[in-house]
Amino acid sequence: MENYIVAMLVFSGLYGLMALGLNVVWGMAGMINLGLVGFFAVGAYTSALLTKLAGVPIWLGVIAGALAAATAGVAMALTTAKLRGDYLAIVTLGFSEVVRIAASNEIWLTNGTDGVSGIPGPWRGLVTPEAFNLIFLALVAIVVAIVVFLLQRVRHAPYGRVLRAIRDDDQVAAVAGKTVIRFKVEAFALGCGVIGLSGALYGHYTSYIAPDGFVPLITIYIVLALTAGGTGNNYGAVFGSLLVVFFMESTRFITEVVPGLQPVQVAALREMLIGGSLILILRLRPTGLLPERSPQITLAEEKAT
Amino acid sequence: MLTEIAQLVLNGLMAGTILAVPAIGFTAIYAVLRFPNFSIASQVTIGAFAGYVANVYFGLPAPVAVAFAFLVSGISGVICDEVVLRPMRPTGPLATAITAVALTIVLENVVRFWFGNDLRGYDLPVLRDWRFGELRVSPQQVENLVIAVIAMACLFAFLAFSRMGKAMRAVADNPTLASIKGIDAITIGRLVSFVGMGLAGLGGMLLGLDTSIDPLTGFRVILTVFAAAVVGGLGSIPGAVVGALTIGVAEELSLLVLDPAYRSAIGFVAILLVLTLRPRGILGERAF
Repeated sequence: MENYIVAMLVFSGLYGLMALGLNVVWGMAGMINLGLVGFFAVGAYTSALLTKLAGVPIWLGVIAGALAAATAGVAMALTTAKLRGDYLAIVTLGFSEVVRIAASNEIWLTNGTDGVSGIPGPWRGLVTPEAFNLIFLALVAIVVAIVVFLLQRVRHAPYGRVLRAIRDDDQVAAVAGKTVIRFKVEAFALGCGVIGLSGALYGHYTSYIAPDGFVPLITIYIVLALTAGGTGNNYGAVFGSLLVVFFMESTRFITEVVPGLQPVQVAALREMLIGGSLILILRLRPTGLLPERSPQITLAEEKAT
Repeated sequence: MLTEIAQLVLNGLMAGTILAVPAIGFTAIYAVLRFPNFSIASQVTIGAFAGYVANVYFGLPAPVAVAFAFLVSGISGVICDEVVLRPMRPTGPLATAITAVALTIVLENVVRFWFGNDLRGYDLPVLRDWRFGELRVSPQQVENLVIAVIAMACLFAFLAFSRMGKAMRAVADNPTLASIKGIDAITIGRLVSFVGMGLAGLGGMLLGLDTSIDPLTGFRVILTVFAAAVVGGLGSIPGAVVGALTIGVAEELSLLVLDPAYRSAIGFVAILLVLTLRPRGILGERAF
């Protein structure tokens, strides 16, 4: 049971990282990204293959995974930067599907649908599985804390203010002399990099990745986590991810409440609940449980009084 | 080689004609309601399964069952729009699009709850392929083609000649002007949801007639449907037809150089190419 709880906390942390990444792209800069899971997969595969096949140290693999996802994000943002948001939704959704198709079919590299197994993890094999779980939880917690700290800095910096200005009205930002496209591409790259970081860690934690693990439903989990937590709020992203993982895991016990269901029906019910709660939150509390509050600037004269 | 190409182009044109049906639905909804309604994926699936119920449980022949698919998807589309999507529209197209994705997850799982994940096939007579010289066509494909063409002809006649159809085009063209002329935007919204989602369901059944269906039928084609709509010009109905034929042929011709698994990536590449070179699509964004 302890192991189960630790594993769930690790997943909350990984989802939290993805939600933080989405928060940069969607919450701060106002660009939609329905292809999260594609960037997650790019990070996971890059780090897994580098460490397993090329013998690169894990920390370097994780950084490479984040960079690869960020690069994919730059390519995506540059192609779609001048287009309206709804096109970006379609293109990013398509991107994640293409990543999954490529991962399933480039067997020479990714081992196809069988997936990559035996991905090294920090101190795996040297310590008991319980200890490995705890070490990884500590690791993920530290990474989440660092990312939250850095993103809070970005949010409060003039840079974050420009991003919010672009989100609220990019024409006004452009009139104020900001190169909107540059900011959008950078924000997209930063967000996708954080998502790739999460993917890389995921591979090293589970030691196995396969295309089946990168389905669009994961994107929905993350959108739900960020929306529930509070779009635009970094703490909300982490809090929302905890909630979503807790919620998803508690729906596992649905079979005990409603007896006589087939496993596929239980799975269907759980997904219905996920989709349904996203609809309800968007409708009833679109700002989330921890709504974004724009950083207040104390002006000099106010300080004086 | 030449026959092979001719066969692929023929297959592509037939696949494209069927693809055009849900693509028209998507683009028509976009033209009037101004947001990408991702829930069309689930209505494609619902239509495919409604047709399946009519065909296998009630023993109706395929051409009758497609009408049933149209009705069920259309009605379900209107209800979902009323209950879930319309209240979201004032908050902006992106929030509505995300809601539509969530709606897709819910509806897809409603289908999965009742029918499970198994692949299902329609109850169809087994017929020998027709041969024209070196080219082969199956009678089922021709039947699908005829149904698709009839559905599109009805739609074009509806838009061109009926009062409601003209009102729909007016709202798509200029919502403010249309409302000044006394056209009720909400009624038109319901109408376009019914027709658009109905076409999606009909298209879903036509796609399923060729192969088999499962709860992911709609999701699997959705990228191709978007691609058809975007390539032709998002919001343009003739554009959706042109786009669907282009994508259909391009997907088939890609088989000459690419692994068949990458077929569905063609749509993505086509979207990127068109958005880079001609962002408004082949025919631009005029509705009709």
